[in-house]
Amino acid sequence: MTTLTVKQAGPMMSVQDLGRTGFVRMGVSASGPMDGVAMRIANRLVGNGDNDALIEFSNVGGQFEVDEPVLFAVTGGAVSVTIDGGRVDCWASHMLAPGQVLRIGALTSAVWGYIAFSGGIETEPVLGARSTHLRSAIGGLDGRRLAPGDVLPLGATPETVLAGPQKVLRTPLHRFAGPIRVIKGPQAGHFDKAAWQQFLRGPFTVSGSRDRMAQVLEGQEIVAAGGHDIVSDGTVMGSIQVPASGRPIILMAERQTAGGYPKIATVASVDLPRLAQALTGSQIRFKLVTQEQAEDLWIAHTLALDEVLAGLDQAPDAAMFEGGRS
Amino acid sequence: MTVPHHAHLTYPRIAASGDRAIVIELSDRISEETNMRVVALADDLESNPIAGIVETVPTYRSLLVSYDPLVVRGRDLSALLLERLSGIAIDGRRGRRLVVPVIYGGDVGLDLTEMAEMKEMSVAELIAAHGSADYRVYMIGFAPGFAYLGGLPEKLHTPRLAVPRQRIEASAIGIGGKQASINSVPGPSGWRFIGRTPIKVFDPARSDAFLLKAGDHVRFRAIEKDEAAALDAAVASGAPHIEWEDA
Repeated sequence: MTTLTVKQAGPMMSVQDLGRTGFVRMGVSASGPMDGVAMRIANRLVGNGDNDALIEFSNVGGQFEVDEPVLFAVTGGAVSVTIDGGRVDCWASHMLAPGQVLRIGALTSAVWGYIAFSGGIETEPVLGARSTHLRSAIGGLDGRRLAPGDVLPLGATPETVLAGPQKVLRTPLHRFAGPIRVIKGPQAGHFDKAAWQQFLRGPFTVSGSRDRMAQVLEGQEIVAAGGHDIVSDGTVMGSIQVPASGRPIILMAERQTAGGYPKIATVASVDLPRLAQALTGSQIRFKLVTQEQAEDLWIAHTLALDEVLAGLDQAPDAAMFEGGRS
Repeated sequence: MTVPHHAHLTYPRIAASGDRAIVIELSDRISEETNMRVVALADDLESNPIAGIVETVPTYRSLLVSYDPLVVRGRDLSALLLERLSGIAIDGRRGRRLVVPVIYGGDVGLDLTEMAEMKEMSVAELIAAHGSADYRVYMIGFAPGFAYLGGLPEKLHTPRLAVPRQRIEASAIGIGGKQASINSVPGPSGWRFIGRTPIKVFDPARSDAFLLKAGDHVRFRAIEKDEAAALDAAVASGAPHIEWEDA
């Protein structure tokens, strides 16, 4: 079996696949990637399936070694990646051989990075998934963050994958640069006209109080005329809760499954990765869309991403294209 | 206090919870009957699924339904859910009841004595009151396998602590406001704790990782040190006896 050894680890590094389904009613949220787009691209670059487990890190990467040759790819944002000190590109596949040291620095333009290894990380699935759920202490490696000295099992890398041409994300990810789109509710009526105007006017600052569970926004306080307590109900990734502090809390991948704060709105699925990647201290604004419009955006996004991913599998063309240019 | 903005709402009500989930609200308050309908709707959707539904989450008075918009659109699903709800009948069956053995007091049940003083009852009276009630699992949430239990006798209602404690052990038996609880994982909590149970309501290593689901009932049974030690040993060996009865 191939193994991956973590020699150094940033403060928030965990094993993630696409997450768990079916256990929200048992109090376990999906977990999975904060930025599902970058995660899926990383997997495809190394010939993995979308749901293969990889490493997610926030801000700072780490240092890794393997005992058999594998492909790896780093995605999420701009970051320094070196093999034995020699710089290589992110958003592209590279071979890592035994004895070589892979070092990943700090993200400069994003918050969440992904390191996929061919074969995928094969820790034992818990409740049907390998995703680490830190709060529940399940999944990944013993339900916890990765630390120096950890050894992770990798699936086998097919010879064809190892011998195949390098894969590169040719077209850079274009992320919509406008306001974060949100859908009203489910407790839209707890907020009066003035609160809504304030919410939609913003701006809000992404505060440092953020993790895989939630992120807190700073800005003018939002007051819920209908009160800041509701009978606890279900939440989703992207639920925007407004507690009595008046500071919106956006629930993320490892959210609590139920909450007693009114939820003014929900972030459109298509904008969740962008929100997750918003730098601490940056400003965001919200814009209302209907549920139907958000569904349309999500469907278009899903199809476009499928096309990008399929494009990565056309590696020979990519190589020819790159070769033709030089 | 301002008049709630939503006072005019009528139920059932469907609300968007983003572009991949909708909430069907049956009421804005807690009642056993409402919760029974929520659970019945969830059960009905499980045994007779609607294409595109990914999962459902029953809560006190509403059902969260997550869906895949590539298969079904929210507007169509809303109509289907309202139609399905109109055909839901509560059959009056009360299901099963978990008997939870509790060793009251101790390091984990650190608030027992103070609570008894606060309530001007003896510790024995408090334990008897806590153990006399039939609790309903209104929902599971917040943490894995954490059951929101309704049915706490009124004389035991106690406000939460102003400042939550940083770490409360799994299996701690708590009281928060009008609700009772069994801690499922260690973590911070502002509830008050009066004992602990040797059994684990959540154990990812067990084939049935979660003991309780929405709609179940719970009763607490006081045990002494010897029985607690025996149960602890059985749990550690992976073969605890879990006691169920008809609710």
